[in-house]
Amino acid sequence: MARVQLVDLRKTFGAVQAVSRANVVFEEGSFTTLLGPSGCGKTTILRMVSGLETPTSGDILIGDKRINDVPIHKRNLGLVFQNYALFPHRTIGENIAFGLKYRDVPKEDVARKIKESLDIVRLPGVEDRYPSQLSGGQQQRIALARAIVIEPDVLLLDEPLSALDANLREDMRVELKAIQDRIGVTSIFVTHDQSEALAMSDKIIVMSAGQVEQIGTPEEVYNRPASAFVARFLGASNLLDAQVVGRDKNHVVLETPEFGKTAVPLSHAATLGQAERAKLMIRAEKLTLGPKGNSGAEAVVETVDYQGQLARYFLRVGDTQMQAMNMIDEKPFLAGETVSLSLNPNACSALPEDKQE
Amino acid sequence: MRVWSLLKFYTVLVYTFMFAPIMVVLVLAFNSSQFGGFPIEGFSLRWFYALAENDAIIRALRTSVMLGLLTALIATTLGILASVALVRYQFRGKQWITTFLISPVLVPETVLAVGLLIFMRWLHMPRSFALLLIGHSIIALPFVVLVVQARLIGIRKDYEEAARSLGASPLQTFFQITLPLLLPAVFAGALFAFTISFDNITATIFWRPAGMETVPTQIFGMLRNSVSPEINALGFVMICITVGVPLLAGGLARYFSRKKI
Ligand SMILES: Nc1ncnc2c1ncn2[C@@H]1O[C@H](COP(=O)(O)OP(=O)(O)O)[C@@H](O)[C@H]1O
Ligand SMILES: [Mg+2]
Repeated sequence: MARVQLVDLRKTFGAVQAVSRANVVFEEGSFTTLLGPSGCGKTTILRMVSGLETPTSGDILIGDKRINDVPIHKRNLGLVFQNYALFPHRTIGENIAFGLKYRDVPKEDVARKIKESLDIVRLPGVEDRYPSQLSGGQQQRIALARAIVIEPDVLLLDEPLSALDANLREDMRVELKAIQDRIGVTSIFVTHDQSEALAMSDKIIVMSAGQVEQIGTPEEVYNRPASAFVARFLGASNLLDAQVVGRDKNHVVLETPEFGKTAVPLSHAATLGQAERAKLMIRAEKLTLGPKGNSGAEAVVETVDYQGQLARYFLRVGDTQMQAMNMIDEKPFLAGETVSLSLNPNACSALPEDKQE
Repeated sequence: MRVWSLLKFYTVLVYTFMFAPIMVVLVLAFNSSQFGGFPIEGFSLRWFYALAENDAIIRALRTSVMLGLLTALIATTLGILASVALVRYQFRGKQWITTFLISPVLVPETVLAVGLLIFMRWLHMPRSFALLLIGHSIIALPFVVLVVQARLIGIRKDYEEAARSLGASPLQTFFQITLPLLLPAVFAGALFAFTISFDNITATIFWRPAGMETVPTQIFGMLRNSVSPEINALGFVMICITVGVPLLAGGLARYFSRKKI
């Protein structure tokens, strides 16, 4: 078990900047998720930590030791792949024992360790089967058992749940997290699925195009996104073009054509700096519909996505499309209805405009 | 409907044309007649006995089998190494090396034969069994590379990466993971190499040292005098080896793979 640190880590493939200047600390015993859309460089970071890819520049530290030049098989890391990668020509028992061979484990301990690890992943008694005789979910548990039986310093998981079907995926994520809690190994988990990241992580690192966009607890990245990208990527949000019209000790005042002046708490504007223009961000579930005539902006309901206790509304305010997610009181508002739309300034964030725009 | 019957007719014709000569050899091998042709006078194994007592033929057979086995060994070993390098590693000039390795298939065999002969002359090396072995290995290598490469591309890198992460060195990973997964292709490649060497005549005529005969050159030599019935018997044996060995091997491979999984 150890802490992992990336210092100015960079990787280029020809002209492609896969990872640019990542500075990240993975705390000892923590479960940290690298989250971002496909192609943003998550796997590349994981492969550099594991030693399967050589950094273009920068350092990787495990504990206090720089391991850039340590070959993979001497790093003592557990690796779990999306496609399980169980050795098809070996039994489950032989698969799990594979890593023990290189670790001077006495013969009599090997069988015991195999059994213990199968108990941990709740698949006792499958030692003599071949991988092809197990289901996808079972194979992924064996892959996990094979990775943890060697008592790795760090556990690296690259989208381990993506190949499973939806129901199994949710069960497995609870179980995986429970196992990690129990053995307490420092874990780095890669996914493009925001709900996985929010449910499992101690800390989330949101990435976009090789850049680290934000590092924080699930609650922080969800409620206080650092950039418009993070706001869009996690959850359903509305981002409105706004003008910064005032600042005081505790607030930034933004003006939007839709809602007029909104005083956003400074703690929700940490990354804004002194910019003149900004994005006003409000989560769909924090935007409240009321009957026409209440205070707030006037909006027309365009589409209603009825989900039982919840309804998701697609609205038009002037020329702006917005979405809201509200609990249904008695009956939902209907498409075509005019409603009044109100927002709670304390639930809003003021974000810098996208760099690309 | 008409077109289909016509097509069927042609297909049958083509196959007849292809297999009739082989059938003729197989049947005539058991003919008791003095002459190696029709009509068939009676069933007899006498030509097989004659074959077994013909020292020249036994020597040729021994040479061919030894040559085939060694060719298979060399071409397969080199083929595996080349395939792993070409599929798993990135380096400059990879395209050129691939082309170079495959080129013996593309170059006419006569040209290849003369080329190697001139090269050996230049090195002041006489024709020898070693030259024959090198030559056959060069001819067989492309087939091994093509078969093994195709299989290796199909084996995901994940397996090897998983083995490495668990503590296996590159060499241990190769022997524990890559090679076992490659085995069917290695087997097929070795069989290819053996059969190619066993069948070869064009290049062999150029390369063999004086006095050394392989089965094909021996038959070729015997034909110059007359079509002896012994040749039919020898043809029968060759067909059994070149067809039987791969069939047997294929059957064995299927049997073992079924038993395991
Ligand atoms: N071996 C490679 N050669 C060239 N480009 C690569 C290689 N591996 C990854 N890339 C590129 O690097 C970027 C990041 O890839 P990756 O880390 O796999 O993304 P993610 O795992 O977030 O989907 C992508 O643009 C990808 O095309
Ligand atoms: Mg990836």
